[in-house]
Amino acid sequence: MPITVQIPTPLRRLTGGTGQVTCSAENLGELFSALDQQFPDLKPHLRDEGGEIRRFLNIYVNEEDIRFLGGNSYAFQDGDEVLLVPSIAGGVV
Amino acid sequence: MAHYELHCRECGKTWGNQPRSICDDCFSPLEVSYDYEALRPVATRERISSRAPNMWRYAELLPLPQDHRPNLPVGFTPLFAAPHLGRHFGATNLFVKNDSVCLPTLSFKDRVVAVALAQARSFGFDTVACSSTGNLANAVAAQAARNGFTAWIFVPADLEPAKILGTQVFGAKLVRIAGNYDHVNRLCSQIADEHRWGFVNVNLRPYYAEGSKTVGFEIAEQLGWSLPDNVVVPMAGGSLITKIKKAFDELIRFGLVEPKPVKIFGAQATGCSPISTAVKLGNTDIEPQKPSTLARSLAIGNPADGHYAIKTIRQSGGWAEDVSDDIVVESIQLLAETEGVFTETAGGVTVGCARKLYQQDRILPDDTTVLCITGNGLKTTDVLAGQYELEEPIRPRLADFEAFLQRGTSLPQTISETVEV
Repeated sequence: MPITVQIPTPLRRLTGGTGQVTCSAENLGELFSALDQQFPDLKPHLRDEGGEIRRFLNIYVNEEDIRFLGGNSYAFQDGDEVLLVPSIAGGVV
Repeated sequence: MAHYELHCRECGKTWGNQPRSICDDCFSPLEVSYDYEALRPVATRERISSRAPNMWRYAELLPLPQDHRPNLPVGFTPLFAAPHLGRHFGATNLFVKNDSVCLPTLSFKDRVVAVALAQARSFGFDTVACSSTGNLANAVAAQAARNGFTAWIFVPADLEPAKILGTQVFGAKLVRIAGNYDHVNRLCSQIADEHRWGFVNVNLRPYYAEGSKTVGFEIAEQLGWSLPDNVVVPMAGGSLITKIKKAFDELIRFGLVEPKPVKIFGAQATGCSPISTAVKLGNTDIEPQKPSTLARSLAIGNPADGHYAIKTIRQSGGWAEDVSDDIVVESIQLLAETEGVFTETAGGVTVGCARKLYQQDRILPDDTTVLCITGNGLKTTDVLAGQYELEEPIRPRLADFEAFLQRGTSLPQTISETVEV
């Protein structure tokens, strides 16, 4: 299931400058595993010590908060665009 | 050396002073922390009381650049007893903190913007921006005009006309977004990554939020340097309520007031109540909601400070409530009729929730209780459409007036006559 993931600017230092990733994932769990594998440095920023997605990280699918779509149980559709946005984040320093 | 700096609320890492709102390590929000020991000698009642009646009298307790020269008398809004409203609640010690007359744009947002723009200047931004449900838009637009910044304002397209106009009139660049506030806010996070702008509630947010403390400082000073038993605070993003608590804690720390537990109560509209729902369910985190309420200034379904608002309320022994849109409108009318204060929808939410909290005995009749009224009714007059009928004009003749007076007994009852005491 090819989906695109947009990496926010502050995290690109952990992805070697990559701002967009295409990957195959059925759900959020698989997506995060794929990101972990491709960008090991990114992992601790996305998940806490217990492996849970960090409280202040919001995940959007095609502009909709994934929590409105079923969260972890949401099945990605072909061509979904996933956005990782830390809440109240942003800003060119 | 500044007497303040940013630190991460979760992992504790310090970040100095820069336009940044989150910790790169754990994504958690940054907050301003102070060198309280260095501030102790200057944080005195005498020093504060000797200054002009505006929020800058608390300058040392705010994150302001050393060369900051305020040019607007923001804040120090009236706090007064509200005995007539109190009678409707069975309350004997009720107060209103009236930020509906805050300068320059008639809401508490003037306070936060004043601090944010001071930092925007020191960080060298030419352009300031915000995502807003209206009041912030007005505040940023006005103060940007006064301070020579270009302002970019992002709002949900369905905002009240008065708030749109009250932004455009200051020459701000207004961008209406087809979506709700949460959509606007997410877009602004992305824009802030691409443009070197000072977004007051994004990259300047830690500084901005500190401006809300002045509501708490003023309440205490105006109560004769003492803390109330309860405060009732409207919640949108959830920042104000946490900062009022921080203000009370700082006053205690500096010995400016006697230590005392203050119960913090949060108020939301039922149609957008992620924080009050979490408090009632005993959850520590919010479940986002899709807002559907007349109270547009509070219509944030995914509140950035929701987690901390819940914590603040719970630790204080307070509670959170929410009320329907009908009650919001009725409460606007009730406050106006009883105390002569015309507040916007958020104020209706606060008054309506306070009434519920008295009914539930969560607030006791004799407690010193302060309602935070944060915005002005002239900005949301559309919610009162249809509430008042205009009588036919009469000719300028005494006889016509006497006849009108006779008919007057059939005029509709006011809200304060119909709402039970």
